[in-house]
Amino acid sequence: MSERVHLAVVGAGPAGLAGALAAASRGVRVTLVDAGDRAGGQFYRQPAPALNARRPQALHHQWRTWRRLADGLARHTEAGYLTHLTGHHVWCVQRESDSLAVHALLGPEQEEGVTVHADAVLLATGGYERVLPFPGWTLPGVVTAGGAQAMLKGGLVLPGRTVVVAGTGPLLLPVATGLAAAGARVAALVESASPAALLRRAPGLAAQPGKLAEGVWYAGLLARHRVPVLARHTVVAAHGTDRLTAVTVAALDRTGRIRPGTARRIPCDTLAVGHGMLPHTDLAETLGCALAGTAVRVDAEQRTDVPGVWAAGEATGVGGAALALAEGHIAGRSAAARMRGTVPDPPAWAAADRARTRHRAFSTALDTVYAPPAGWAERIPDDTVVCRCEEVTAGEVRTAARTLGATDLRSAKLLTRAGMGWCQGRMCAPAVAGLTGCPLTAARRPFARPVPLGVLAGLPDAPDGPKAPGAPEDRAADDSSPAQQ
Amino acid sequence: MVGAACALYAARAGLDVRVVDRGPVAGGTTGAGEGNLLVSDKEPGPELELALLSARLWERLADGPGAAAEYEPKGGLVVARTPAALAALTEFAAGQRAAGVLAEPVSAAELPDLEPHLAADLAGGVHYPQDAQVMPALAAAHLLRACGARLHTGRTVTGVIRGPDGTVRGVRTDRGDLSAPAVVNAAGTWGGDLAALAGVRLPVLPRRGFVLVTEPLPRLVRHKVYAADYVADVASDSAALRTSPVVEGTAAGPVLIGASRERVGFDRSLSLPAVRALAAGAIGLFPFLERVRALRTYAGFRPYLPDHLPAIGPDPRAPGLFHACGHEGAGIGLATGTGRLIAQALTGGTPELDLTPFRPERFDADGGDTP
Ligand SMILES: Cc1cc2nc3c(=O)[nH]c(=O)nc-3n(C[C@H](O)[C@H](O)[C@H](O)COP(=O)(O)OP(=O)(O)OC[C@H]3O[C@@H](n4cnc5c(N)ncnc54)[C@H](O)[C@@H]3O)c2cc1C
Ligand SMILES: Cc1cc2nc3c(=O)[nH]c(=O)nc-3n(C[C@H](O)[C@H](O)[C@H](O)COP(=O)(O)OP(=O)(O)OC[C@H]3O[C@@H](n4cnc5c(N)ncnc54)[C@H](O)[C@@H]3O)c2cc1C
Repeated sequence: MSERVHLAVVGAGPAGLAGALAAASRGVRVTLVDAGDRAGGQFYRQPAPALNARRPQALHHQWRTWRRLADGLARHTEAGYLTHLTGHHVWCVQRESDSLAVHALLGPEQEEGVTVHADAVLLATGGYERVLPFPGWTLPGVVTAGGAQAMLKGGLVLPGRTVVVAGTGPLLLPVATGLAAAGARVAALVESASPAALLRRAPGLAAQPGKLAEGVWYAGLLARHRVPVLARHTVVAAHGTDRLTAVTVAALDRTGRIRPGTARRIPCDTLAVGHGMLPHTDLAETLGCALAGTAVRVDAEQRTDVPGVWAAGEATGVGGAALALAEGHIAGRSAAARMRGTVPDPPAWAAADRARTRHRAFSTALDTVYAPPAGWAERIPDDTVVCRCEEVTAGEVRTAARTLGATDLRSAKLLTRAGMGWCQGRMCAPAVAGLTGCPLTAARRPFARPVPLGVLAGLPDAPDGPKAPGAPEDRAADDSSPAQQ
Repeated sequence: MVGAACALYAARAGLDVRVVDRGPVAGGTTGAGEGNLLVSDKEPGPELELALLSARLWERLADGPGAAAEYEPKGGLVVARTPAALAALTEFAAGQRAAGVLAEPVSAAELPDLEPHLAADLAGGVHYPQDAQVMPALAAAHLLRACGARLHTGRTVTGVIRGPDGTVRGVRTDRGDLSAPAVVNAAGTWGGDLAALAGVRLPVLPRRGFVLVTEPLPRLVRHKVYAADYVADVASDSAALRTSPVVEGTAAGPVLIGASRERVGFDRSLSLPAVRALAAGAIGLFPFLERVRALRTYAGFRPYLPDHLPAIGPDPRAPGLFHACGHEGAGIGLATGTGRLIAQALTGGTPELDLTPFRPERFDADGGDTP
């Protein structure tokens, strides 16, 4: 009886699920590790009920995909080839001579640690939302676009609530329509880009009937719910003393600057903001995987440059659920072949490959259109807090850059504490980069989650680990002076 | 840090100073270590003398750049687990006292008065009131700011310009030459490379250390607290991992736990055995830490020379070149004294400490590959 090779998949979103199923159907034992209570990730976590009513084509298709993934998960689990570990927050993945150790904390308390050993890993950890600060953004009532989705899911959005959805990017559309369908009054959808530019700049769009249909469908939904769309507008400030009562929005000119005299106030009790997504790269970075910009770098088989480590989905670049599915599928097939020492056959996944190419081209086009408006960083007033954890203001960051020699994210952090707090800069890094005028780079975060010291102290031994204490590897660097005490 | 202190004291001595760094301020080891200003871990000898001089100078900076750098003369508490360790520590402290260190024995019963949350099973300790603390990156930035020297960040030194008679005339950089009659090598762990640009040998090597940073906490740890085996460890010559947890609270709230010591070249990858040992050691001193979360860990590379003493002073092999590097795990603490000595050497005065033990050319005798 031959032991099945063992793949650990971190993240049970579209990418992780597709990868896990592709590998499990090809004779690999799979452990799917995810922080959430159920599979689905960001995308399938979205509430469908309200949108189900008319079952529009676009959504119906996604729903079918989800059923297929959920069925596959159930089937492989039953067959004993796939284990889905829910509520497992992975804080570190480490290489141990010929295996990989996935270290997790058991949620929701995250006080107890467990370690899963595997022959290879697929990192499918998705992304997180980028939010750029403006005056009043820390008021209660201001949430991220994803946070608004969570409110929907928890049934916290009461009909009659007045919401403004603002920022930039394609995610604002489903958020606005979802809120409206759930009974909230969406007072405005404020988009700093000009979606019309998408049609001009994305020649690939014509070849993507699905995307086009989705867009038209959203436009119809917005109209049906009477959601005013303010393109090329931005939120200048959020107002309120204890909580949000209104926002001021203003129009942007072609260069992204505010057009004088266009500011106006919109009363609301909730503001959902988002400026796109950033990939989760912590686990990959600590494993030593090369990055490309702020994403994990992968080859055509979705392999990172570290042997035994694959990556797929939002972690390798933001591009939507369909792209995540295609990448996950390819990663799972490549891993299944490589782990057994065979050479994979890319023509076998030609369909996924074509989908990947198409969706990547589309997301590149999206990125150029939905970029934060020029001058956003200069517009942040000095007294606006940019790092919420450590309460560092924009003015302090500017001073550190100007007078203390902070010329990159790391030195800005050391000299102002921006990014040293609980979220480790996930929230404030884009703003700090904008304020110091340096590029946004992926930070080094050896712990993807805060780890209790007791869990660290109780880590199992890695007897064969390459960096075990006392490894004689560096004797060469030793010296000849007599030992002193 | 060392470069900033040299700039400060040189500027105060009336010299026109330029500071060149290929990165930002505190982008080297200074931004990757801790800011313990310790006399407690040093045995009598030249390094302790330098530490005592430096401690006095840090104290004098307290009202100026020191305040901005979170200078805090909080004192150190070294504890021993066993009677045997306590006996060794007490004897070590007696020697330090003779050399001018304030070191007060603390009985097991008195330990809770100094540190209420300390483990109960300790044999005793020694209190060192002269130990202090700064935030290193802020210290470097504010010393530089206070001295008014022109700062060239993002500029790499690619050569040391020497005249026909061998004297140093300035440095070549990726963005043009800078001429100067004196060049101070404060390149830390990369000090050997810089020396090589001037054609001289200085065997600076990296020694990796990890630090653990916890979530912000109220003041539960008052001093710098560490176990007595640390004292033996600093002078250790083994390449193996030695971890001695120095536990300290910071002005900003997080507790810092550090640091491990390994010779593994410039390998930055996370070593779980190292952070595991740090966590275990810290919990051994302060049991409440078991449930406290580490938010992050980081690694830095201490610059060390074979005899564990820094190189400070003029280089007779390249007149006009001065060295101020190789401070290993004490470069923050020893920076002020080093800066003062360098300024005295630069202005032709008699340095207030004998520089002989710190001579940069001292490694040539061991048959090195001097060009
Ligand atoms: C508000 C919102 C609306 C969206 N609307 C659309 C849309 O209409 N159309 C579209 O195509 N796309 C949409 N997207 C994007 C879509 O959700 C993503 O493209 C897709 O989910 C990416 O899949 P993924 O598998 O890469 O990551 P994710 O779906 O994000 O899954 C990652 C999984 O990894 C887990 N994870 C991450 N880190 C760890 C860790 N350290 N330990 C354990 N588990 C971890 C997470 O819990 C999560 O389950 C939307 C996204 C958002 C936020
Ligand atoms: C984990 C850890 C904990 C520590 N804890 C303490 C402590 O508690 N107390 C203490 O006193 N010390 C401590 N240290 C040691 C201390 O950090 C160092 O001794 C000190 O930072 C060295 O300072 P430096 O200025 O010599 O070097 P650095 O800070 O490394 O500065 C050298 C600079 O030279 C620049 N450079 C190098 N080559 C060139 C070139 N060719 N051109 C231009 N610029 C160049 C670099 O960019 C760098 O910025 C610790 C170290 C570590 C790693």
